[in-house]
Amino acid sequence: MSEPTAPAPAAAAPLLTLSGVHTHIGQYHILQGVDLQVPRGGLAVLLGRNGAGKTTLLRTIMGLWQASAGSVKFDGREIGKLATPDIAQAGIAYVPESMAVFSELTVRENMLLAARNGPLDEARVEWIFGFFPALKKFWHYPAGNLSGGQKQMVAIARAIAEPRKLLLVDEPTKGLAPAIIQSLIAAFRELKETDTTILLVEQNFSFVKSLGDTVAVMDDGRIVHAGAMRDLVDNQDLQQRLLGLSLDSHQ
Amino acid sequence: MTSLVPPPMPQARTPVSALGPDTALPAAKRDIAPLLLVPVLMLAMLPFVGSFPTWVTLTVAGLAMGMMIFIMSSGLTLVFGLMDVLNFGHGAFVAVGAYAATMVLLPMHGWLEADSLLMNLAVLALAMLVAMFVTGLLGWAFERIIIMPVYGQHLKQILITMGGMIVAEQLIIVVWGADQVPLPLPTSLRGAIVLGDAAIEKYRLVAVVVGLLVFAAMFLVLNRTKIGLLIRAGVENREMVEALGYRIRRLFVAVFAAGSALAGLGGVMWGFYKETLTASMGSEIMVMIFIVIIIGGLGSVGGCFIGALLMALVTNYVGFLEPKVALVSNILLMIGVLMWRPAGLFSNARR
Repeated sequence: MSEPTAPAPAAAAPLLTLSGVHTHIGQYHILQGVDLQVPRGGLAVLLGRNGAGKTTLLRTIMGLWQASAGSVKFDGREIGKLATPDIAQAGIAYVPESMAVFSELTVRENMLLAARNGPLDEARVEWIFGFFPALKKFWHYPAGNLSGGQKQMVAIARAIAEPRKLLLVDEPTKGLAPAIIQSLIAAFRELKETDTTILLVEQNFSFVKSLGDTVAVMDDGRIVHAGAMRDLVDNQDLQQRLLGLSLDSHQ
Repeated sequence: MTSLVPPPMPQARTPVSALGPDTALPAAKRDIAPLLLVPVLMLAMLPFVGSFPTWVTLTVAGLAMGMMIFIMSSGLTLVFGLMDVLNFGHGAFVAVGAYAATMVLLPMHGWLEADSLLMNLAVLALAMLVAMFVTGLLGWAFERIIIMPVYGQHLKQILITMGGMIVAEQLIIVVWGADQVPLPLPTSLRGAIVLGDAAIEKYRLVAVVVGLLVFAAMFLVLNRTKIGLLIRAGVENREMVEALGYRIRRLFVAVFAAGSALAGLGGVMWGFYKETLTASMGSEIMVMIFIVIIIGGLGSVGGCFIGALLMALVTNYVGFLEPKVALVSNILLMIGVLMWRPAGLFSNARR
């Protein structure tokens, strides 16, 4: 089921490096000097409570909000000053928190738009149907008629309609039923087999603890912890200190 | 309205039922109620009008007028839907289009007066193409010079586009003079054909045909091409279109120019309908255009089409039945529609 893997790129250099990134939204100073490295390959998790700045961080990487200071390096290239379409064309796909599926368009049309380099790759679509069978069923339905979980599948499928180097996913489990979360876990496991790097923002620790290779924890606009996911999973004290009750209460 | 803080991606997260991903097919909801309004209105008016031939004449007149208004307003609704730009200067393209057509029609008046349908239609088509070219170019310049600096600022957009409209009107007077320009119909399109007892003006049939062609072309482009997909997606959520890697600015300039060209085409047709041109024709028709795109739902081409037909039909029926009420009939129609659907017949998901 997995795609053919390309030769492994220079593994040493991180795919994405943020250094000293500040973002202001209006008069609010949201990101207050973020330093973050996302290694090439695998799945990096970004945890943090509500309002920590996780969504702002993703939007800043995507160029939807301009950083007021700092640098964003992607694949050896500074992208901090680029416009959103150019950042997307550099190889970053984005699944926003709101999912932002085009509800007037059918599932197929949503996917067609995501395939900006040509026609839809049939084999790839079949591969996606493999872990999101609902999309095959509703292929010709307006995406607005789908349930929340199905919309999330459309949003993720759209981001991977063509191979991209980096996938930014913002809280995919928010508001979804456990059964659907299970199918998302399966999908991310499948995606991890490809050479797409994933940066997954979550509050739901139980969802990501089996998926993540690395983890960073964000609070008050800064990264307060970064390391291997295994170390955080094994260390109850660290969990308690970093994630506290606010995360435990989420399942 | 715009605020300091860019809003998060619109579209509310729908609450999710506990149902799994593969449960029942969602009902394919097709919103047909607004589509039925036009035929229902037409049939409902038959007993009031009383005589069938009169009803046919009024209905065709309404449809023809509606098609012309649709052509003029369709571009504006897309411009608003796609980029949230309020262009109060859209009427300028209508007037400029009509005047630009005279650059063809006056030198070639021999062809207009010739007693040959083919020659008449050829010169008409040429005039329309020239008008569309001139207004398309003007629209492109208008977007670059006037709209671009006031991006995202509604109040300034209103002021500067109204200013642009006034300048355009005065420029028309400078170039073509302040006098009314008579625009007689081509010979073979004058008069009416009589079907039974009903008289149908030939030019109105032409207007209906052109209107249907424009609507069909827009429908095909919007639904069958990638550009159309991008426009529909952009009307719903332009930020996400950019996040998928498309430069929506370029798309917008193209849509703006195409919308201006359509306004120019509508201007030529409206000029022939009125058989005279005045420099202020653009600002006069602007009120109707705004009512139509509000009735239709800002950003919706289908809504604009139905709104234009409804408004024109109501104008014609009321003008015949109660001429004194005709002046307010458009406003009453708008109030009625908005009480039923406050965001217009087809509101797009964005707001």
